[in-house]
Amino acid sequence: MTDATSSQVPAATPAPARSSLLTQSALMKKRNAAEARFKAYGVAAICVSLSVLAIMLWTIFSDGVSAFKQASLTFPVTLDADALDPKGNRDRAEMMRVTTIGYTKLLNAQLLAHLETRGISTEGVTDKDVAAFISRDTPARLRDMVLESPELLGQTITVSGFATGRIDGYLKGRVTRDTAALDTNISVAQLDLADRMQDEGILTTKFNWGFLTNPDASDQRPEAAGLGVALIGSAYMMALVVVMVLPLGVAASIYLEEFAPRNRWTDLIEVNISNLAAVPSIVYGILGLAIFINFAKFPQSSPLVGALVLTLMTLPTIIIATRAAIRAVPPSIRDAALGVGASKMQTVFHHVLPLAAPGILTGTILGLASALGETAPLLLIGMVAFVANYPAGPLDGGVLDPATALPVQVYSWASRSDPAFIERSAGAIIVLLAFLVTMNIIAIILRRRFERRW
Amino acid sequence: MYDAPNLETRVTQTNTKITARGVQVFYGEKQALQDVDVDILDNTVTAFIGPSGCGKSTFLRCLNRMNDTISNARVEGEILLDGENIYDKRVDPVQLRAKVGMVFQKPNPFPKSIYDNVAYGPKIHGLTRSKAELDEIVESSLRKAALWKEVKDRLGEPGTGLSGGQQQRLCIARAVATAPEVLLMDEPCSALDPIATAQVEELIDELRASFSVVIVTHSMQQAARVSQKTAFFHLGNLVEYGDTSHIFTNPSDPRTESYITGRIG
Repeated sequence: MTDATSSQVPAATPAPARSSLLTQSALMKKRNAAEARFKAYGVAAICVSLSVLAIMLWTIFSDGVSAFKQASLTFPVTLDADALDPKGNRDRAEMMRVTTIGYTKLLNAQLLAHLETRGISTEGVTDKDVAAFISRDTPARLRDMVLESPELLGQTITVSGFATGRIDGYLKGRVTRDTAALDTNISVAQLDLADRMQDEGILTTKFNWGFLTNPDASDQRPEAAGLGVALIGSAYMMALVVVMVLPLGVAASIYLEEFAPRNRWTDLIEVNISNLAAVPSIVYGILGLAIFINFAKFPQSSPLVGALVLTLMTLPTIIIATRAAIRAVPPSIRDAALGVGASKMQTVFHHVLPLAAPGILTGTILGLASALGETAPLLLIGMVAFVANYPAGPLDGGVLDPATALPVQVYSWASRSDPAFIERSAGAIIVLLAFLVTMNIIAIILRRRFERRW
Repeated sequence: MYDAPNLETRVTQTNTKITARGVQVFYGEKQALQDVDVDILDNTVTAFIGPSGCGKSTFLRCLNRMNDTISNARVEGEILLDGENIYDKRVDPVQLRAKVGMVFQKPNPFPKSIYDNVAYGPKIHGLTRSKAELDEIVESSLRKAALWKEVKDRLGEPGTGLSGGQQQRLCIARAVATAPEVLLMDEPCSALDPIATAQVEELIDELRASFSVVIVTHSMQQAARVSQKTAFFHLGNLVEYGDTSHIFTNPSDPRTESYITGRIG
């Protein structure tokens, strides 16, 4: 570049042959070309990342949206008092003796009877094949319902329960006649029957609230699996993380930024905080396992331990963000406060902290968002578990009950064999993304809202 | 410019407010100020002049111990305020700053309402017992700062929304509200336009009635206009200190003469 210019300068000085502004010099052309190339690189980089993002979102949504819909069977069931309450005294303990098997038999018989009355031919399928339409989840639910309100016995009620995963997959297009021919769990004749039942309105697809509220379910009934426990677990953890990380992070940042003397010790602490922010999250998992579970004997798989580990993991990030926010407050504000005789602490709490608050909140929310999506440390403290029972309420020690978390649920469903779980895994990713996007939007709104004040 | 008719330039006071003896300031290893001896009078405007980096702001910040906030700054010697050494171990700098108010180079109102800006000092020092008293202090401080007429109808609006000159007068009102005895001003007009500067200068002359005012300035004309006493600093030394009229007409040190005639600076 310098060679090019120096060759031009002496040429221009002796002879005042003025070049026209209307023609571009060779050097100018080269410079413009370099600029155009650089812009093209930038546009190309953005296009590549956007298309990868688009592909990722498209795969997740095309796989996952169907998890929010579920095939269900709706048919009338006469609750036979003789079968479900053999002693006839409506005594709960006696009725408990009838297991779900009893209810399964009843439901199977009633479905067959209903098909017959509606004139739906069951040609080519056995009674057992028809019974295989009903999810194992349905008799269990019906039993709970009857035990809850025994006065239903003898009445005819309309039961609406899940269809099994393969039938559900057929309605969503995951299972086809070609795959059914190779599948021992379902036959082509069953699919024909499913078509006939769908025409008659017995088999329908509904929005599946159960996906958000149900606990996890075993491999045999993927249709019943939901995110209920994972959502509660994640909510408990996030609440605990906020409660622990915010006071710790803000106090540490204020001390380091405003009060601490600059010496070897604070330099050491500073370097360590930066390093801790870069430590792989799984290391925090090992730390949590060693300290909180093996040493402190906290229950494993519990949201409390998860929250403690995530707090340790998020703390450096929050401290760095908070210190940056505090440092961004102009020193003239501190001078002004000290100049009118405010003490150091009054200066910090009356003037610096309110001005740094939007930055602190943004940093905290972004830290929480990363903690919400964190999987690796939770693997080590036993949160990748099959948890079929809801944890207790937050005031009843629910944070000590076993629970899972959203990202962990994604992981554990993705490793199950039944393809119905893959769909649910993608569905769980959608829920997780929805939470992350919401949190980021809140962070942006807070930043905009409070920044306007100065 | 030198003969502004409305401003009093004669020294009328003899009461010493601040006495500095052998003040030395170090920033780490570097000495910023050497052996400064000054007597600052009550009800007088004292101007510190000198080229950039000569130590005039450093000395000003010694007077209310704002240098304490700089971690490697060290002050030696004594500074007596009404006969008490402000660098005594028993002195709390926070308490000192309530007596020695400060106005900074750049207007720095708090990003709060005009009212809260002025009321903040009295509130934290517990100068008032009721809202009515506080209202009174706010009004009288804004009147002293010649700002009351302009802002009395919009006390709830943010102080940062005022013009530069108004902001600086708001900062003066804020400093005055804590009822200080000395008012330090660190180049209070350097960020202001000529009209706002004239307003602030007039105000400084009025403030002389109630406070001892110390002002650091780059502008020799300003020093000549507003002050009765002038101290000339050069390279960390107090070169000359005396009546403003004397310094500007008949300086005894050749360095002072060079500076005021524009040969060094």
